[in-house]
Amino acid sequence: MLLRLINGRYVIGIVCLIPLLWLIYDTVFDALGADPIQALHQRLGDWSLRFLWLTLAVTPVQSVMKWPGMTPYRQLLGLYACFYASLHVITYLAIDHGFMWRLIGIDIIESPYIWLGLYAYSIVFLLAITSSKWAKKRLGKQWKKLHKLIYSAAIAVIIHYYWQLKGNLAEPMFYLIVIILLLSFRLAVRLKKHKIKFNKLKLTRKMPVIAEKNN
Amino acid sequence: MIIKTQKAILSSEITDPLIFKQRRQIIKALAGSLLVGKGITSVRAGEKAPWDHLPKADVLTKALSVTSAELVKNHTNYYEFTFNKADATTLAQSLPTDPWSIEISGEVEKPGVYHLEDILSQQSLQEYIYRFRCVEAWSMVVPWIGFPLASLLKTVKPLSGAKFVQFTTLYDPKIMPKQRDNAMLEWPYVEGLRMDEAMHPLTLLAVGMYGDSLPKQNGAPLRLVVPWKYGFKSIKAIVKIELLNKPALTTWNKMAPSEYGFYANVNPDVPHPRWSQNSERQLGGSFFTPRRQTELFNGYADQVASLYGDMDLRRFF
Repeated sequence: MLLRLINGRYVIGIVCLIPLLWLIYDTVFDALGADPIQALHQRLGDWSLRFLWLTLAVTPVQSVMKWPGMTPYRQLLGLYACFYASLHVITYLAIDHGFMWRLIGIDIIESPYIWLGLYAYSIVFLLAITSSKWAKKRLGKQWKKLHKLIYSAAIAVIIHYYWQLKGNLAEPMFYLIVIILLLSFRLAVRLKKHKIKFNKLKLTRKMPVIAEKNN
Repeated sequence: MIIKTQKAILSSEITDPLIFKQRRQIIKALAGSLLVGKGITSVRAGEKAPWDHLPKADVLTKALSVTSAELVKNHTNYYEFTFNKADATTLAQSLPTDPWSIEISGEVEKPGVYHLEDILSQQSLQEYIYRFRCVEAWSMVVPWIGFPLASLLKTVKPLSGAKFVQFTTLYDPKIMPKQRDNAMLEWPYVEGLRMDEAMHPLTLLAVGMYGDSLPKQNGAPLRLVVPWKYGFKSIKAIVKIELLNKPALTTWNKMAPSEYGFYANVNPDVPHPRWSQNSERQLGGSFFTPRRQTELFNGYADQVASLYGDMDLRRFF
């Protein structure tokens, strides 16, 4: 079982590099279109979003399909979301803006869509560096609290994506629908848990009353 | 099963290299003439095309290095056809541009429907090398071929009530898929200028670029070019020009009034509500080419700033 898991992780780990190889190929063979820097920047952003969505899909898929033990894949996909997001940010800073900090400063201040991207990236980065088992042990109860920030990051990402658009709404619509489904799944699970807790609470409250009557 | 043995090629069957070369040249010449032929038929009045020896207009002093034609031809927003810039190149080819006529109406002495060829026979074409700045923060330098809008408007004699000019793109849902789907914008596409902007010598009606007639994806057969405004003002495939006493309700302005103003003057100090307009990516550079600092009125402030006097450019964006 352990061996299978390790192999599976290797396979998926390598598959996740295909988008990068594809981008390198298009860059080398000048197939990025008329605005190659923007194409590179946006395609890296798209992949980061897709990996974040996949990361968020792991738990719902696990519970609906009843496949236990998918948590390591969730970590792997999350790390790849961070990996592509980092390349997206590096492309923005180094290639699009050539580290001209004055220009970068003005661009960030004047572009609300970048504020949300920046927030999302900070969260994804923070979660990536605290994703190891060691960090999980050390952070204890705080770890779960911290990693719940991924939901707010996902919401920031979808707004970040929509706010830089002028036209073409078909692909963003797909991502929006997927994230709404994924987030409502969590909400449904939470509400259900809450209800069970609430019912239990009601039961425990009633007990003493019954006991009193018996006395 | 029959297995054929490979026959040796007879020496008499081998093409003499000299003849081979000659054939190549004939094919090349044929292909060349086909290309030239295409240029002529795409605009009927284009008997003059290719226009590669036209005089350069002396409206400008700055020397600009022209963006490669391949990039300009493959990077156009043509939302009537697609929301994807690269796809516009192929999809727009279904647009019939010959014959083409333009309705000029409203506050003019001589309203009417004019054939494009008749309009062109009265105009002297010149080459105008302009910077083109998109609201999406990319830019290019295009050698347009056209004539000042003012010289067309003069021929129809505007009346004193003419305060604004409104332009309309072709509405043909059979040809334009996004019009058919009623997608995103309100169709047909409408743009407008204030009368003094329309009469400004930099404001063009373009029929060509790079010494040839306009490619369909770039707005054939006739488009507006207003170099100090964001590209969406420079409306393509114009079928109607109306002179009005009130401002036109322009398409993008109607779609998102807080984001796209009527004026849409290029201005690095007035950001779009969602993104900065401070700098731009000029097409045709390498991965190491820095972004370009956007200029007020796209670098045409000397010529056009006086049109706006002490108007608050933040309010009238």
